[in-house]
Amino acid sequence: MIRLEKRPQPSRAWSMATPLVAVLATMFFGGLLFAALGKPPAEAIRTIFWEPLFGEFSFYYRPQLLVKGAPLVLIAIGLSLGFRAGIWNIGAEGQYIMGAICGAGAGLAFYPAESFLIFPLMVVAGALGGWAWAMIPAVLKTRFGTNEILVSLMLVYVAEQFLASVSLGLLKNPEGFGFPGSRNLQAWDSAHNAELIAGTGMHWGVVAALIAVIFAYVLLNRHMTGYHIRLTGEAPRAARFAGVNPTRLVLFCLGTSGALAGLAGLFEVSGPSGQISIDFNVGYGFTAIIVAFLGRLHPVGILLAGGLMALTYIGGDIAQSNLQLPAAAIQVFQGMLLFFLLAFDLLTNFRIAIGKPEVA
Amino acid sequence: MDLSAINPVLLIASLMVAATPLLLAAIGELVVEKAGVLNLGVEGMMIVGAIAGFATAVESGSPFLGFIAAAIAGAALSILFAILTQFAQANQVASGLSLTLFGLGLSALMGQSYVGVKPPRMGDIHIPVLSDLPVIGPILFGHDIILYFGIALTAAVWWVLKYSRLGLVLRAVGENHDAAHALGYKVLKIRLMAIMFGGACAGLGGAYISLIRVPQWTEGMTAGIGWIALALVVFASWKPWRALLGAYLFGGVTVVQLNLQAAGVAIPVEYLAMSPYLITILVLVILSADKSSAPAALGRNFHASR
Repeated sequence: MIRLEKRPQPSRAWSMATPLVAVLATMFFGGLLFAALGKPPAEAIRTIFWEPLFGEFSFYYRPQLLVKGAPLVLIAIGLSLGFRAGIWNIGAEGQYIMGAICGAGAGLAFYPAESFLIFPLMVVAGALGGWAWAMIPAVLKTRFGTNEILVSLMLVYVAEQFLASVSLGLLKNPEGFGFPGSRNLQAWDSAHNAELIAGTGMHWGVVAALIAVIFAYVLLNRHMTGYHIRLTGEAPRAARFAGVNPTRLVLFCLGTSGALAGLAGLFEVSGPSGQISIDFNVGYGFTAIIVAFLGRLHPVGILLAGGLMALTYIGGDIAQSNLQLPAAAIQVFQGMLLFFLLAFDLLTNFRIAIGKPEVA
Repeated sequence: MDLSAINPVLLIASLMVAATPLLLAAIGELVVEKAGVLNLGVEGMMIVGAIAGFATAVESGSPFLGFIAAAIAGAALSILFAILTQFAQANQVASGLSLTLFGLGLSALMGQSYVGVKPPRMGDIHIPVLSDLPVIGPILFGHDIILYFGIALTAAVWWVLKYSRLGLVLRAVGENHDAAHALGYKVLKIRLMAIMFGGACAGLGGAYISLIRVPQWTEGMTAGIGWIALALVVFASWKPWRALLGAYLFGGVTVVQLNLQAAGVAIPVEYLAMSPYLITILVLVILSADKSSAPAALGRNFHASR
């Protein structure tokens, strides 16, 4: 008979290998899914994972990898801090939207002035917007003990309605012929989050994502706060005795992840998407949850996972136009990835033993 | 603005319709949580139930078969969660989230060819004399069978949890799985059954949305109702009758908000549409002080070797 034996210590080797095994399993079962949809499975997988990197038009797709990956990494880094400590911010999508609205709003207040100060102001406003939105579940949790998962999630739906409201009202382009949506920030030099080096996809959001990775790495490995985060996640009772202030930790983790999600929203709205519109958000806040887990809640892992997830987005787009693969198939693919990751994590903490249990 | 256009009888009748998907999902999750498992995948199971029920009803022409298919689909999806959390010992929060993300994608994929299709209608039952009574008739006796099923289910769950041996064992597993295991109860088996029951209920709730409440299919049409159902379990302090009360309160908020929109009240539509979510947060804040009735083992995994 097959049994599970708890390992005395989590296996480091399996911890590193699990994401790879999960990706392979997802490729296999994703292939089955594509076959069930009547698409050639091997070609679909190749289109998703190979075409964007080494295919005929890869010169166009490679920069897109940075554009799509940056917001995912930025948000996932913030989420991972909280997840490590058992603080579950699930509402990053809402913080992303509010960051974009506040940042774009702060800029649009000065339209059509040109000044090098406008963009930095927008960045600050974007971060503050996301931070403030995340402070709602944080304060409710610390003051009233309210569940942060449900509150942060409810706030996503509130933020979506608020986005609809400002797209149709407060931030609507007065010269937009009545169409919903704000002015196009790409067309206004002072507010445009343009490519820093033409043709590379490198914009300020990518820079911010890289800084966030380094910041998180240093924080977790060299700083007291990072130590407290790890301790709280691994041994909550011991953390209390070690003098960890849980209130401060909740405020810090939710606030940081909110600010990073807000930044991601601002960089997106002032760059790739260009304007506040009813549906400019495309679920990065939710996909970032997968990125955080796939990256093992480790900054470097998240960087790699963000790249991989960006690849599935871009490859998915190509598969959509070349093979008429439905867009939702990629969403299923990403969900599957998280499933397999969680399932194979079993091997990190348990050993599969065959035979009868020994009597201790 | 013309508030006199709002008919109180129709308002109460539609309130009960709006409350039913919430009630079904919440009762299912209540049982799951009583068994000590926190399944955050309600939204995912609901949306998969919504499309599975819709597709089956359209293809077979029978809404009733649709509801059965929805319950099966919800339960099937919940088995994935059960495998992750009960056998692979995965974190329950992360597993529930992955269930929701997967379910949203899967439903969008399954529903592609059903956008804009009209499902067969489930007729309201008509009881002679009773249904024809003024005021009381349309409120109490003029609904579809699933609505009454939801109320009956609430009563059944209340009875089973309170008075039956099965309910006692279920609660024991939820309060202290180690003790229940030591007494010889099959913790994993009981939890698996509870999770599947929760999945089936969430599936039914989803199908109620796509077949009766808004008879059509659109991607992401559950729009957070599954999450509100989770909040409702907290609101109900894990008591079935309070879940019914809560579902009717939230149903009331939703319906009043929609009626105000239709009546053209001076508040912008978006702010009215926010209100159910804001009120959920408010209710969570008011009730979160009292956690005494939460099952003690809620969210903790069980492994026999410890």
